[in-house]
Amino acid sequence: MQVETTVNGKAMSADVEPRTLLVHYLRDELELTGTNVGCDTSSCGACTVHIDGESVKSCTMLAAQARGAEITTIEGMASADGTLHPMQAAFMECHGLQCGYCTPGMVMAASSLLKENPNPTEQEVREGLEGNLCRCTGYHNIVKSVLTAAGGA
Amino acid sequence: MTAVMGTPMKRKEDPKLLTGEGKFVDDIHVHGELWMGMVRSTMAHAKINAIDTAEAAGMPGVHSVFTGTQLQEMGLWAAPLPCAWPVTEDMLNPPHFPTASEVVHHVGDIVAVVLADSRYRAADAAEMVVVDYEPLPAVASIEDAIAGEKLAHAGLGTNKAFHWPLIPDPDALEAAFANATHVVKGEFVQQRLIPAAMEPRGVLAIPSPAGGDITLYTSTQVPHILKVMLAATTGISESKLRIIAPAVGGGFGAKLNVNPDESLAVTLANKLSRPVRWTETRSEAAFSTHQGRGQKQTMEIAADENGKILGVRAHIDADMGAYMMLITPGVPLLGSFLYTGVYDVPAFGFTCDGYFTNLTPTDAYRGAGRPEASYAIERVMDMLSYEVGVTPEEIRRRNYLAGGGEFENLEVASTLVFDSGNYSPNLDMALDMAKMAELRAEQQRRRDAGDKKQLGIGLCTYVEICGLAPSRALAGLNYGAGGWEAGTVRLLPTGKVEVVSGSTPHGQGHETAWSQIVADKLGIDPADITVLHSDTAISPLGMDTYGSRSLAVGGVAIAMACDKVIDKARLIAAHQLEANPDDLDFEAGRFGVKGSPDKGLLIQEIAFGAFTAHNLPDGMEPNLNEQMIFDPPNFAFPFGTHVAVVEVDEDTGETELIDYIAIDDCGNHVNPLIIEGQVHGGIVQGVAQALYEGAEYDAEGNCKNPSLMDYLVPSPTEVPNIQTGYTYTPSTSNPLGVKGVGEAGTIGSAAAVINAICDALRPHGITDMSMPATPMKVWKAINSADSTANNGGGQ
Ligand code: FES
Ligand code: FES
Repeated sequence: MQVETTVNGKAMSADVEPRTLLVHYLRDELELTGTNVGCDTSSCGACTVHIDGESVKSCTMLAAQARGAEITTIEGMASADGTLHPMQAAFMECHGLQCGYCTPGMVMAASSLLKENPNPTEQEVREGLEGNLCRCTGYHNIVKSVLTAAGGA
Repeated sequence: MTAVMGTPMKRKEDPKLLTGEGKFVDDIHVHGELWMGMVRSTMAHAKINAIDTAEAAGMPGVHSVFTGTQLQEMGLWAAPLPCAWPVTEDMLNPPHFPTASEVVHHVGDIVAVVLADSRYRAADAAEMVVVDYEPLPAVASIEDAIAGEKLAHAGLGTNKAFHWPLIPDPDALEAAFANATHVVKGEFVQQRLIPAAMEPRGVLAIPSPAGGDITLYTSTQVPHILKVMLAATTGISESKLRIIAPAVGGGFGAKLNVNPDESLAVTLANKLSRPVRWTETRSEAAFSTHQGRGQKQTMEIAADENGKILGVRAHIDADMGAYMMLITPGVPLLGSFLYTGVYDVPAFGFTCDGYFTNLTPTDAYRGAGRPEASYAIERVMDMLSYEVGVTPEEIRRRNYLAGGGEFENLEVASTLVFDSGNYSPNLDMALDMAKMAELRAEQQRRRDAGDKKQLGIGLCTYVEICGLAPSRALAGLNYGAGGWEAGTVRLLPTGKVEVVSGSTPHGQGHETAWSQIVADKLGIDPADITVLHSDTAISPLGMDTYGSRSLAVGGVAIAMACDKVIDKARLIAAHQLEANPDDLDFEAGRFGVKGSPDKGLLIQEIAFGAFTAHNLPDGMEPNLNEQMIFDPPNFAFPFGTHVAVVEVDEDTGETELIDYIAIDDCGNHVNPLIIEGQVHGGIVQGVAQALYEGAEYDAEGNCKNPSLMDYLVPSPTEVPNIQTGYTYTPSTSNPLGVKGVGEAGTIGSAAAVINAICDALRPHGITDMSMPATPMKVWKAINSADSTANNGGGQ
């Protein structure tokens, strides 16, 4: 089936099997491989993207369900001239990533967290990112990154 | 140029990874690729009677299906998958081929492989392969293995794979225990852990259209070792194999193996002349990637009336799982030397029995043997402190090596020579930062008030062994390779620098740290330095990344290669400036003639001159291109003090880690930002073992919690912020004075957390708590301790 979406501001279309997960549509069909897959139980958040402005784990829905949606992936976060999104910049500043595998999902979840709550406490950041797992950083610097981005926003 | 060494330079790796440009194996695709779908055994131990592949083979998109027997008959393998560490001459090591043909030995053993044109279709077809098993008794735990009534490998006649002793002086050890006032014994279980690097492992093998070369992209920590081992076990020549580890999403030891899937991808790609790929699913990883720990420890400590240690005796039973993988049997040995911790121990004995079970194989996981050792010694030190009636800090002070003061090159009871240490100041700093006196007062207040949330404070003063490894020391342990590392530094004609690293990063930030080392040595802007790595065609020599070795061996190799560059450049400069080499100063990237400040040459100018070779000293080779292969003279021994502060809710049994203080000493620092990150992540992995994680198996050998839904990798809400601090005791094992920090956090934290829980529960008479200390376990311990106390007449 044909699935048409707008991804990072561009009209996209691909012919997929009806059972195709959104994350595989993005990764395998549209070749936007920045969105990662870390689990098969919707537990890790590595696949987090924005759909119509809301953060969503893209392994929890079918590509077909995203028909017509406005999707933002990690590839769409920096400006066209390469300037990092403030959340990306904060992660770099605070060493909020090591291997970088959880990072796209973290950045997407964290940026939507700040949209809802521009001045979160440390505890609120931790709760807001509860669905995103990182095995490298121990979260300390991820939390610091988000608080830094909030301070600078 | 301003100083770069020892500064928190932002990472060069980050922009790519932050924008989704980082390419992991599963992100890379080639035309005509076939996906492998693994048909995995659903039984822990069984005979394969028959396999029916007909239906699978007829499914849409399916290219072929091969059973284990067919693959064996195709002659894909010259030898079984390797174990590089046969720890004893007589160690048992049953053959382990990528696929099982007659008998399966653990759930997840591969019995057939489907090749199809998409990941979905490969998975669908794998499900349609029908296997008729005849169940055999399964050794589903190390207890089963020791009991020996069931055999994990029937043909071996025993489950015991080896016995390995390290008892430098048996008589002295016996005397120590005979003369002791206090003997304290702890029995601990190091539960099996699922490493769960966030990137699942994956492979993509691409045969070259001409020439028979094969490129394997794989999410590995060890491309160089893998290349040698794949060549040796597939019979494909080393020079035809190219291994590339692209961006690798964490490893923690779990990606340092030679896995069935890696061998299958290479040999099938070779056979079929098609690219072959596979990515494990998370739930599959509990079977397709090795696990960590899996040990039972008996730890005894003998001390005099003042708590001064007289002897330490440790025995461990180690669960190998179903097969010996790359370093499976060596992991417990890596810890063996550390069962005496940071203490002055006159007599020492360690023995290890390795057992086969019908479970996923074990192998290295962050710390590999050392977290287990540090846990055992640090738990019994706390027990000893109770016994002697002094604080945990006091019992440690009484026993520190060199009285807690500074030392260099000190031989310890386990026969190793510790490079350097200075333990008391490190402990003092931790107690200060933790505000120990205030914590104790608050603890007392809560105890007096009968508060439902009791406070516990746990200490761990660890030492760890890294900088793996002096090749001769490895020979003594019967390890099948050397421990050196290679580094190359090339000055390019444009004045930029290309650095080739043998050690292979997967999140540690080598590109940044190596740039800092080179920038510091050569006086060149880090932005002008490119670090190449992780591709055996670009970096042909390497021993890769594990055991916190990258900096202390690989980083040092690069620093020493820089020294060679400088030595050669000095001769060129002297020649061109018509000066004596000894009359040149090299500072901030420039050779200047002493006393004539304007006479000088920049190293970039010399590099260009070395490239044109128009005016070099007679007989000198053109170019500035130097390689160093560093074989360290000794290991490095980082140490530190960790303090965990917990609140235990006595009504629910729930433990909350409310504060964590880590004072680490990893010698000199190259990049404090990276060090801090390693400490944080390491600590959380140890905390996870203490509180949350553990692979659970039923009596038939099925893993009950393979997915991230059931296996509790901690989330952001389950861990606190971490306070860090450092002392700096340079290593004597390398010219940079660096030690390594990748595993230290994990080595210090599990003991600190469990010591804290036991400290909180002391009023109940509870002296031990097994890991993971789940609310249910803690609650039960409190209630059964209380009812025992009441039944016995109470206080
Ligand atoms: S891949 Fe979507 S939550 Fe893990
Ligand atoms: S940075 Fe590696 S998983 Fe988060």
